[in-house]
Amino acid sequence: MPSYVTRHKPRQKYSWVGSPLLNRKLHLQTYKELCVRGEADSTEMLIQVGQCVLIEGDSDEEPYVAKLTELFEDDYKPHSKKRARVQWFVRFSEIHPSKQHLLGRKPEAQEIFWYDHPSCDSIVSVETIIGTVQVVALALDESPPAQLKHKGFFVRMSWDTKKFWPLSAELLAELGRRGDSPKSQNPVQAQTKTAESPAWTTSEHAVGRIESSHSASKSRQAAARPATPGARKRLELAGLLKTPNTRKARQTSCAASASLGIAKRKMASSTASSPSKRSSPDEAREDKSSSECRMVLRARIPVTSTTEMSLGITLTPSRRAQRPSVTPSINLTPENIKKRETKEPEAHTEEVSTPHRSQRKSSLLTLNRIKQQLRYLDCKENDEKEEEFVPGAGDSGSSSEEEEEGDVSTSSLPRKSRRRQDKNLQTATQPSLQTPSKTPKKTPKPRAPRHATPQIRSRSLAAQEPATVLEEARLRLHVSVVPESLPCREQEFQDIYSFVESKLLDGTGGCMYISGVPGTGKTATVHEVIRCLQQAAQTKDVPPFQYVEVNGMKLTEPHQVYVQILQKLTGQKATASHASELLAKQFCSGQAPWEATVLLVDELDLLWTHKQDVLYSLFDWPTHKEARLVVLTIANTMDLPERIMMNRVSSRLGLTRMCFQPYTHSQLKQILVSRLRHLKAFEDDAIQLVSRKVAALSGDARRCLDICRRATEICELSRQKDGTQGPVTVAHLMAAVDEMSSSSYITAIRNSSVLEQGFLRAILAEFRQSGLEEATFQQIYNQHVALCRMEGLPYPTMSETMAVCSRLGSCRLLLVEPSRNDVLLRVRLNVSQDDVLYALKEE
Amino acid sequence: MPALPRQRREPSGGIKFVEMSNRKTKSNILVRAESLSQVQRILRERFCHSTHGELFGVQVQYKHLIELLKRTAIHGESNSVLIIGPRGSGKTMLINHALKELMEIEVSENVLQVHLNGLLHINDKIALKEITRQLYLENVVGDKVFGSFAENLSFLLEALKKGDRTHSCPVIFVLDEFDLFAHHKNQTLLYNLFDISQSAQTPLAVIGLTCRLDILELLEKRVKSRFSHRQIHLMNSFGFPQFIKIFKEQLSLPAEFPDKVFAEKWNENVQCLSEDRSVHEVLQKHFNVNKNLRSLHMLLMVALSRITVSRPYLTSADLMEAHQLCSMDSKANIVHGLSVLEICLIIAMKHLNDIYEEEPFNFQMVYNGERRIRYFLSGTSLMPENTNVLIDYSPEFQKFVQRKAHSVYNFEKPVVMKAFEHLQQLELIKPMERTSVNSQKEYQLMKLLLDNTQIMNALQKYPNCPTDVRQWATSSLSWL
Repeated sequence: MPSYVTRHKPRQKYSWVGSPLLNRKLHLQTYKELCVRGEADSTEMLIQVGQCVLIEGDSDEEPYVAKLTELFEDDYKPHSKKRARVQWFVRFSEIHPSKQHLLGRKPEAQEIFWYDHPSCDSIVSVETIIGTVQVVALALDESPPAQLKHKGFFVRMSWDTKKFWPLSAELLAELGRRGDSPKSQNPVQAQTKTAESPAWTTSEHAVGRIESSHSASKSRQAAARPATPGARKRLELAGLLKTPNTRKARQTSCAASASLGIAKRKMASSTASSPSKRSSPDEAREDKSSSECRMVLRARIPVTSTTEMSLGITLTPSRRAQRPSVTPSINLTPENIKKRETKEPEAHTEEVSTPHRSQRKSSLLTLNRIKQQLRYLDCKENDEKEEEFVPGAGDSGSSSEEEEEGDVSTSSLPRKSRRRQDKNLQTATQPSLQTPSKTPKKTPKPRAPRHATPQIRSRSLAAQEPATVLEEARLRLHVSVVPESLPCREQEFQDIYSFVESKLLDGTGGCMYISGVPGTGKTATVHEVIRCLQQAAQTKDVPPFQYVEVNGMKLTEPHQVYVQILQKLTGQKATASHASELLAKQFCSGQAPWEATVLLVDELDLLWTHKQDVLYSLFDWPTHKEARLVVLTIANTMDLPERIMMNRVSSRLGLTRMCFQPYTHSQLKQILVSRLRHLKAFEDDAIQLVSRKVAALSGDARRCLDICRRATEICELSRQKDGTQGPVTVAHLMAAVDEMSSSSYITAIRNSSVLEQGFLRAILAEFRQSGLEEATFQQIYNQHVALCRMEGLPYPTMSETMAVCSRLGSCRLLLVEPSRNDVLLRVRLNVSQDDVLYALKEE
Repeated sequence: MPALPRQRREPSGGIKFVEMSNRKTKSNILVRAESLSQVQRILRERFCHSTHGELFGVQVQYKHLIELLKRTAIHGESNSVLIIGPRGSGKTMLINHALKELMEIEVSENVLQVHLNGLLHINDKIALKEITRQLYLENVVGDKVFGSFAENLSFLLEALKKGDRTHSCPVIFVLDEFDLFAHHKNQTLLYNLFDISQSAQTPLAVIGLTCRLDILELLEKRVKSRFSHRQIHLMNSFGFPQFIKIFKEQLSLPAEFPDKVFAEKWNENVQCLSEDRSVHEVLQKHFNVNKNLRSLHMLLMVALSRITVSRPYLTSADLMEAHQLCSMDSKANIVHGLSVLEICLIIAMKHLNDIYEEEPFNFQMVYNGERRIRYFLSGTSLMPENTNVLIDYSPEFQKFVQRKAHSVYNFEKPVVMKAFEHLQQLELIKPMERTSVNSQKEYQLMKLLLDNTQIMNALQKYPNCPTDVRQWATSSLSWL
């Protein structure tokens, strides 16, 4: 279990404001407001539910942005009991590089996206909250307000990990309301404390510097949160229930309208004529009415006390519920601005004296600058807001829509280059890009940690290098050590090389089928060919090509081969059927965007399906001229094309075949000698012996190497015993060969108990008597009893004999039926009768 | 102990000598009871958790295994090995010991371990998730692994591929019930593990434990080629003298036992037992049947439960009784508990078996035979007309006619049917084919799952068996 790493912030204290609302269902206490108090100078920052906050993440420059939806106390977590539920926003850079192009335009600097992913982990520790920030929700066609210049963000679209959507109307409304509601809600508090809107901006600014002190690794450690999506969903559900009526009503109304909104959105995106939709008269009217009603409410709010506030809130949702599709009103209504104007100067002065996290020198440094900027902005704010309000209510979206379309057309062209850039970017600033999945508190999609680096942790002790000759020999004899050039496969190498090279030079495609029993160097030879070709490509001797390798055994299912190929070619992830479509389009339609491709398909026979569609498409692609695809296939059986493939498949495979013969003893010897060059570890006779033994058996080079490796161990052992020095001798090798190839049946029989041996004898006797190779247990038991009587031994009970039978069966000395047949179960020998006789006679 | 407080309440001067001694023995008994319970606890632990016990006679195999593991841990050399041996031969114990030693000599963070069991991880999907979880890879969230099977596989392979001999942490895979992994689809997991162990990737040691001697035949040829063909055989290759030694060691108390005096006495007793003739006899019998230590543990466990405060030491009689319990024929025991009617049915079946040479029978055949006896035994009529037709296939029953029986009563057919069904429930008889709903129960073909000798032996011991029935059972052979 990963532990929650809380930052050690000795001078920062977090406390709840207000009394807890008990959620009976989950035994959680929820709060409305959080107070962050610097203990050193008793500065305070208030953060309320509904505000947008910055949350520390992997990157120093780019903390996460989220909206607080709930504050609660979780007693089960040992370290950080205070927790917050948030709704995430993602930055453009946090979106997976392969998906970024879906936006179809360049993102603006402060643009963030509503992260619309239900299973996203949304609970964070409050300690990770850096400060508040301003987030403005905009319709598609609105331009970001100018006062956002360097701080704050704006949201135009939502991102559901698959597509960008325009913000739905109710979302816009909600965001807009949330964005400014805290200010309007508690003017009293805002004046006394410093948690007002300025705090948002200042903190946001300070973030860049504050964040640098948090190591990315720390937060990554906490990345693996043990929250299951199911549990999370339940939590959220419960969260809905437990919030006061007001919120519930509001949210349900939102949910009710959500489907409507989605449908609408879909329509809008499909017709690509959303501006007209937006400017439809009735909606505009609705807008107006909504803003009006809000204005009415807000007008009342400033004068009422905080307690009356709740009443005001309860009113709003009910109104809103009547009109399901409320178009966004811009975050600030005039009366709001006024309030701000009056308020902010005061807040500023307080801010100077008690800045948010003023303990940190870095933030202190920036405070002045922030202050200045704020003042400047505040002056400008008023008129800007006025301007802003108009586009929100009216239409005028057409221009930006056109822009977007233009973007789409242009972006498709440089997509590839951009993707590469993104890749580079990713390697450079990995932590920040990995955010969606890896951050401690932000695991938007835990079920597919896309960016988790597949890695076994590295060892703490350095691996010892071989000290003795034998150890060195053992290292060199390991199958994993691939020599620069494979001995004894020169001809095959040449054939494959010239085949691939000619295809590359001609710019055509082709297939080749390579067969051979296991351990004859098929894959190794092809790898060597590819290595050489890649070197040649670097020196421009052959055109550059991409190399993709798939292995039928490393797939869970034949169709997964498409996924792997696509991913290795383009880095895209897709489902099998989608990937096959994409690949077919790329290869067959002649618009292959990449250079020539060499595809190695290992263990081809496993790609066989009933319809053979996988094999068919693999062999069909190279026949298209523009594909420039060379497919090398490897399998064990020579006649695989004839045996398992339909005619149309095997015909496409063509007749370029190659068969790797098993190694002969001289070849095996040559392999061993080349590996043990300049190393006097083996006697010549020993090498001769092992190569002959293995060649007679299978010609498997792996087997040969393994036997030699075992022989060095045996040699080492005997050296330890006698203290002799010397290379591996024939005797050692013989011992190794015996150990690794002898069947263990005879030893097993010899070491079995008396009763077990007697039972085997009875089986032999019964077989001889009946002339069959099979007998029931009862017959054998009777035979056994008879044998015992003959020898004057006490005969065993049925239960004992049955136990013996099942024991022998579990070792597979016998083949027995399932034991539910009891005495009627049929028994067979799994060893030849001669072997049993031999083993029994020996004693 | 209600007596003790009463004694305490008496004035000290009034205690007589007898009471003194009485009290002394009582307290002795208390002490003894305590040490006895300790003995039982220690020994039971030893018998039950046999995978952590001492190794016997497998020094060569142990050396092979530990050297191999050390090479993986220290040099980063990949390896694969199979430990093969019958059940109860100490495979798990061997690997546990080796891993324990490895963790002691080696910095334990330097090695990752993955334990899989073929009975738990029944397909590659589950196995992969478990591997990922045990390796703490980064796609593990808490205790759960998300993602599809294909994603997990490629993720794991990618992870293992990234490593190299000198830098990544070696991983030791222990696959218990290895043969079950060979039944997974395409043997994907085994192929990949062996393939990694044969290529320059993260160092792996794949250790398979199995009891099947034909395990290599289960592997596909490309999987087999990637396996290093190292096999460690554990075969219980010890003789009877060693068995006695093991017996002694298993029963002896450790030196750190709190009650030294008792422990000494106990060990002395064990020493005596190991030299006792009758104990030897019992052990020899046991050894002849079953060589593995697990069954010895079973025997000792039963014997151990027989010691009491009054008889605090094991005797040869305890062992003998335990052996008797262990080697009892379970079916004969069931037969002891049958009613007379059921016994009669079984005897009738036995006769039918004898006549028709193990051909299956049905209820009607048994019933007719049984009913005839009933007629004969009750002696009510010489020969009812309806039996005339049936009598021809077992004329020997007529011989019973003269013998008057008093113990067998006239049963209705449904009652007999019930008894028959009860026998079927006890699995003393077994239907030849699956019971179908529409087939008539009376005519379903059955087979008897008891041997003649078993029936006869059981009848010998059957309490209050009517002599007629017994005679009828034994007379069977004379009819032919």
